[in-house]
Amino acid sequence: MDIGLLVFLPVLGAIASLLSRLKQPGPDHVPTHALVALLAPAICLLLLLSYLPRIQSGEALVYSLSWVPQIGLDLSFRLDGLSWLFATLITGIGCLIILYARYYFAGKDTAGRFFILIQLFMTAMLGIVLSENLLFMLVFWELTSLVSFLLIGFTWSSRNARRGARMSLVITGGGGLALLGGILLLGQIVGSYQISDILTATDTIVSDDRYPLTLTLILLGAFTKSAQAPFHLWLPHAMAAPTPVSAYLHSATMVKAGLFLMARLHPAMGDTELWFSLITITGMVTLMVGAFVAMFMHDIKGLLAYSTISHLGLITLLIGMGSEMAMAAALFHLTTHALFKAPLFMMAGIVDQATGSRDMRNINGLWRTMPALMLITAIPAAAMAGLPLMSGYLSKKMLFSESLLVTAPHWANSLIPTWVTIAGLFSVAYSVRIFHNVFFNGQPVDLPHWPPRRKPAGMLVPLFILALASLAIGLAPQAIYNELIHLAVMATSMTHLPLYDFSDLANANVPAMMSTIAMIGGVVFYLARGPLFAIHRQLPEVDAKNIFEQIMQQSIRFAQSLVYRLENGSLQRYLAFILIAAIAPALGMLSGYSGWQGPSELTAVNPMVVFGAVILCLSAIGVALFHHQRLPALLLLSVTGLFVTLAFAQFSAPDLALTQLSVEVMAVVIMMLALSFLPQTSPRESGFGRVFRDLSLAGLAGIGIALFAYAVLTRPAETISGYFLANSVPGGGGTNVVNVILVDFRGFDTLGEITVLGIAAVAVFAFTRDLHLKERVASAGSAQGFAEPHPVILQMISRMALPIALLVSAYIFLRGHNMPGGGFISGLVTAVALTLQYMAGGLVWAQERMLTHFRPLIGAGLLIATITGLGSWFVGYPFLTSTFSHMDWPLIGEFELATALLFDLGVYTTVVGATLLILANLGKLMTVAGPGQEVG
Amino acid sequence: MELVVAITLGMLTSTGVYLILRARTFSVVLGLTLLSHGVNLFLFSMGRLTTASPAVIGLVENYTDPLPQALVLTAIVISFSMTAFVVVLALKAAVELRSDHVDGEDPNEDRQ
Repeated sequence: MDIGLLVFLPVLGAIASLLSRLKQPGPDHVPTHALVALLAPAICLLLLLSYLPRIQSGEALVYSLSWVPQIGLDLSFRLDGLSWLFATLITGIGCLIILYARYYFAGKDTAGRFFILIQLFMTAMLGIVLSENLLFMLVFWELTSLVSFLLIGFTWSSRNARRGARMSLVITGGGGLALLGGILLLGQIVGSYQISDILTATDTIVSDDRYPLTLTLILLGAFTKSAQAPFHLWLPHAMAAPTPVSAYLHSATMVKAGLFLMARLHPAMGDTELWFSLITITGMVTLMVGAFVAMFMHDIKGLLAYSTISHLGLITLLIGMGSEMAMAAALFHLTTHALFKAPLFMMAGIVDQATGSRDMRNINGLWRTMPALMLITAIPAAAMAGLPLMSGYLSKKMLFSESLLVTAPHWANSLIPTWVTIAGLFSVAYSVRIFHNVFFNGQPVDLPHWPPRRKPAGMLVPLFILALASLAIGLAPQAIYNELIHLAVMATSMTHLPLYDFSDLANANVPAMMSTIAMIGGVVFYLARGPLFAIHRQLPEVDAKNIFEQIMQQSIRFAQSLVYRLENGSLQRYLAFILIAAIAPALGMLSGYSGWQGPSELTAVNPMVVFGAVILCLSAIGVALFHHQRLPALLLLSVTGLFVTLAFAQFSAPDLALTQLSVEVMAVVIMMLALSFLPQTSPRESGFGRVFRDLSLAGLAGIGIALFAYAVLTRPAETISGYFLANSVPGGGGTNVVNVILVDFRGFDTLGEITVLGIAAVAVFAFTRDLHLKERVASAGSAQGFAEPHPVILQMISRMALPIALLVSAYIFLRGHNMPGGGFISGLVTAVALTLQYMAGGLVWAQERMLTHFRPLIGAGLLIATITGLGSWFVGYPFLTSTFSHMDWPLIGEFELATALLFDLGVYTTVVGATLLILANLGKLMTVAGPGQEVG
Repeated sequence: MELVVAITLGMLTSTGVYLILRARTFSVVLGLTLLSHGVNLFLFSMGRLTTASPAVIGLVENYTDPLPQALVLTAIVISFSMTAFVVVLALKAAVELRSDHVDGEDPNEDRQ
């Protein structure tokens, strides 16, 4: 558990920072904020140190919590030598960075944000190095990209910062995607995402066909993160971040994540020719490009950025070589680099703040005003140059001696030593430059602040500690290697290997010679810088950010044009796409199918049915053919509806026939009303191609449905209705099984349906409420003449019909449980009867006589239905269980009174309310002089 | 007879699909209605087609399958409310956008 705590402690720290910032806002409280922010990393560091004895005994601590075992996702953490080394660097340097930031951000409001982000970043970084599960590691991996994005764009008002942030996010995020692919492949090959499993499955992985692809994808992720050429471009532009960020993320920690990943997976995937050539060549190119360009950078941070790239390339090269000793050199250099690069960045930040510039052409001779800084900086600068007795000297010498050991492949055996010597020469040159240029080299030129502002001495403390650590490694390399780094090396090779012998290194002649050549060459190179800079100025300037920006714009334009071509805003097209997507796969899979004809015998053809079917088809075709003439099309549509009703009646569904009939009336009335506001014709605007496409889609859809229907109808039926038929009378107390299903067995469904109905009605109400009639579309109402809107005969007849209609509907309602009928149907009948009153007497007349509004009616209906259902809870039955008893009703005879009847009453009320609400509101639009108030 | 029913269903679907692909809202409403007829009949026919055997206990000897009927009954009411809603939506769109084109703009407007 403690290991998990390690990862999440900084999150708690971030929350604490947030609280402290909220409690004490303002720039005066930066020291307090820093103290709060320091808490979590410091505890983490202490925890890590407390683990050291167990790690040194060779233990790999694994803590695991099963989370989603189905997809191999466990919350598990692993602490072994390698992750311990990284975690210690992360937390240790993190503490110093926070200390440094306390002064860097002194008096700035943004300090709080920095402390929060930096701790979140720490969690992400610890997550990468401590995750036991690769999928989890990936999540943290992406998290570092995101937090890095926020930190590079820290001063978001600056265009450079925004662009730099976006560039790094695109490149590292893209690499993260590749890494995801690689990890998924790796997981498939091994059958597990646990690092413990992967590390023991070397043979399976390397012999798998997918190994080259897997390795390439994973390396893409690692290379982008660790700024390897040609993906290194984001790193210099990330220097737009505040200096503590550059020092921490972009030199000491995040950029090392790629290296960590390679080192971590080395035992599982390394030692192949592909591994060697991919990584070694990338490392060599990066090493050289970084070292060469660094020399010509005038910006201190720019120089440091390219130097970081070069050092990352160097470590990559060593990892690529892959031998145990090369791994030892890689991890040794990784540690020394973190320790000497961070203070150099901190120095750059101090100089920047003190003088207001980072341009080395202007900053000169600072030793007079900042002697302490000069003295402290001398150590890391010397380490970077690789001067004797310094940590960098040793790691560079290790590199040289390893480079001599490479024998295969043949191209490498003399190239690599030469190559690294030249790169070493450059690195000496730029190290000398940054130190000599800043602190000596004559007088300063046009500095914004001169004499430089005084920075508090405390700001030098983190530099001093890091320089001391650097010095310690240089003086006692053997002890530090044995105690701390050797364990990490063992973790990357999974074997017990002898300790690296630094005394051998001291006696090695050839590496010493290479080192000397590099040193002398570097100094010469630096002395000759004047003419070299002049030549460099002649070279065409390549602004990577602009090129990147152009590529980004182009890809955005490409994506946009692609999207617009597919998604042009036409609903017709989308609908066609959906239909094609539904039809095409079915067409593909069923094209050869021949079993449409099932085993059942066909039933005899009934001439009446054929007649009905022909009329139905003809009227449907008529609707499609004449849809340009809207009124005739609507009339034909009602014919279709009528024959659908007849079909229900014919095939033993009286309930459906009754429902369909009353719905048909209402629907046609509604469409008639709507039509009076719409154009009476549809223009012919579809081209031949469009009509052909739509006809094909329609034809295919129709054929498909016909075939499916035929296939089902010619097969014997298996139904689950036996239960309903058997239990309808004893369980539901009604003989009309359809109604019993509706109000009892599937009552919950019905409750849902009437709710939908109610919502639709209220939506109609809301829509029509502020619809302005004066703006109605052309050729609307007035043209059709309302000479006699409410004929007297109709009025009289409809008034007389009302009581009869209501009686019928009551009858249908009451008998519904036993005979065709029920709440739905009687509700619709009532609605039709009342609608007739509205049509005959006019809206105003009818509305005055309505005793209630419609919306309360809907609500009441839903309430009745729900409460009836809830009632069964109180007597200990599930929701909507019905009970019934027989009782004698006068005149009607024996009758079953079921609670289901109450439920049906709710259905009835809702249907009446909803239907009338819809119709009355549409009718309101019709009335030229409206009722003057809301209807509903 | 199965063939007759299947062809009718196919025809309702075809005309419905053709109409919902048209450019004017009213045609789409017509198409939706035809399509709901088709779908309701299709669901209904899944219980197989029998004559003179309504699912009323005690009325006849053999009962037809009541379950699809119950489903279709609610489906009819739902498609009714959907039709009403779509009609009002079309009206509102026509009034506010001054065009009854499904995309809210008359494709010929530029040319006029």
